[in-house]
Amino acid sequence: MAEVRLEGLGKSFGTSRAVTGMDLVIADGEFVVLLGPTGAGKTTTLRLIAGLERPDAGSIRIGEEDVTGLSPAERDVAFVFQQYSLYPHLSVFDNLAFPLKSPARRWSAGEIDARVRDIARMVRIDHKLDSKSTKLSGGEMQRVAIGRALVREPSIFLMDEPLSSLDAKLRADLRLELKRIQSEIGATLLYVTHDQIEAMTMADRIGILAEGHLTQIGSPREIYTAPANLHVAARLGHPHINLIKPGLLPCQSMPDGVRTIGARTEHILVEAAASVAQGNGRVDWIEHLGDQNHLHILVDGQKITLLADPYSGFKAGDPVSVSLKQPLFFGADDRRITDV
Amino acid sequence: MSGLSSAHSVVEPGIWSKRIAGTLVVIYALITMIPLLWIFATSLKSPPDSISYPPKILFTPTVEGYCNLFTTRSRQTQDYIESLGPPANVCEEIARDRSMVVVGASKYWPRFVNSLVIAFGSTFLAVFLGTLAAYGFSRFKVPLADDLLFFILSTRMMPPIAVAIPIYLMYRELGLSDTALGMILLYTAVNVSLAVWLLKGFIDEIPREYEEAALIDGYTRLQAFVKVVLPQATTGIAATAIFCLIFAWNEYAFAVLLTSGTAQTAPPFIPTIIGEGGMDWPAVGAGTTIFLVPILVFTILLRKHLLRGITFGAVRK
Repeated sequence: MAEVRLEGLGKSFGTSRAVTGMDLVIADGEFVVLLGPTGAGKTTTLRLIAGLERPDAGSIRIGEEDVTGLSPAERDVAFVFQQYSLYPHLSVFDNLAFPLKSPARRWSAGEIDARVRDIARMVRIDHKLDSKSTKLSGGEMQRVAIGRALVREPSIFLMDEPLSSLDAKLRADLRLELKRIQSEIGATLLYVTHDQIEAMTMADRIGILAEGHLTQIGSPREIYTAPANLHVAARLGHPHINLIKPGLLPCQSMPDGVRTIGARTEHILVEAAASVAQGNGRVDWIEHLGDQNHLHILVDGQKITLLADPYSGFKAGDPVSVSLKQPLFFGADDRRITDV
Repeated sequence: MSGLSSAHSVVEPGIWSKRIAGTLVVIYALITMIPLLWIFATSLKSPPDSISYPPKILFTPTVEGYCNLFTTRSRQTQDYIESLGPPANVCEEIARDRSMVVVGASKYWPRFVNSLVIAFGSTFLAVFLGTLAAYGFSRFKVPLADDLLFFILSTRMMPPIAVAIPIYLMYRELGLSDTALGMILLYTAVNVSLAVWLLKGFIDEIPREYEEAALIDGYTRLQAFVKVVLPQATTGIAATAIFCLIFAWNEYAFAVLLTSGTAQTAPPFIPTIIGEGGMDWPAVGAGTTIFLVPILVFTILLRKHLLRGITFGAVRK
């Protein structure tokens, strides 16, 4: 395992700039998640680190070594692809053994066998070692893909939305397992996703990517409670953060120059009003999700969505009075105004 | 809805459609088999039976055709034949019944070996070069790739025999006339365009991630190609090899034009088998039957791949 350092990394495809001026240090043993929408440059960043793409600008260091010009094989990284990419003509065992059988490594058959069985146990696939890789279920395939990355103790693991093609239940299970394995072996891991739950639950630090830029990097809590700008605020939180104009809702104190207010559930107070005249909005409709409700409120024609206790007793059409409690303020440049 | 669900889905054909389709396939197979059976039957007929009219469906089989195919004979007087000892084998016996003696082996076997060398040699070369070129076109940014591919395909837009005279002159100058090497090069040149196009389709379908995974796992590009791409391209390679082999094996026009002696293949040789008083049809039938065997064996060996291969990757898993 090693520290990975990206400096001023840039990559364009034709006229479109996939990654620009990326500076990022991933500490030894750290789990960093890059979060961003499709086309934000997440996958390109991983491919640059892996050596599958050549950067136009900047440098990549793994440990002490500058690897910018090296081939993928020389970099000692492991990659887990979104679509598993198990070799379809090989068995599970041979898939796991494939990296160890590389001519660049000189492992004996006995060492390979022992190592593969160890890893298979760790990713809980040891009962399927003789199966053809195409005969596995999606979850099993992804375990093998993760196992294939783990088998040779690389300096860094790169994972490109490894869980995105699995169903929700499996995704939740593998999320926990991945985190367990990572802390067990103290792996340095760069993980790319567009799923905020994966980011929030697994990451030591989250980096938010937008249009090839690293907009903000910090602990999940930091990113959630103190987003640098509107874009970052909009990436996290469920339901989606409410972006409203100042003045729409009453707010105790507001700094100067606010153009947009970001309000999540915890920033909004909703009380039942006796009549329409006394309140400033009304309940538009309620979505029942079981353990909680999504409350959709209309204020002056603008919709505000927040989580609510399913037993709160609101029903569609009820007049309510809505106010803000220490929301997030954003200025004209969309950056968050911090000096409240 | 009743609790009983029918076994077949909406898209699956019903039992009668299947039976009709099955019957049609059997009829078609029988029709296409008739010429082959006819050839095989002719090879087992005696020369008079082979040209009798109406054709004989039932006849006494004999190996005379095969004997005539593999031997040369000369006519001798009855006294001379009687002065010989007992016949050494069945062919001599048949020859003596016709007042002839076997004087040596015919040229069929060397011609057959020529066919094997030239057809398999050119197939191997065409598939080898085609795989490499197809991989290059599929994976790398080749300048003017589309134009190059069109150029490669355009070599098939005219009948090959249209360039027969230039090739004949060229081969004569280069000393390639009537050589196995010349024929291998010629068939390779014709087949390589087919091979590039077919194989490019198959290799395009193999996701790049497999090679990328192998590159990251510590393999060079060549090693990744051999260990990851080739095993997955076997279906395409097998299908391409069969198409190339069938062309090279059956090719007649260039073989007639460019070979006459040492490098002559079986197709131009078989029609030259002339017995006494016209074509020796049983021998021609025997030569054709034996000529069909290698293609038959090759196709059956690769049948599993071919079935998937000729659907051009549509059902590749």
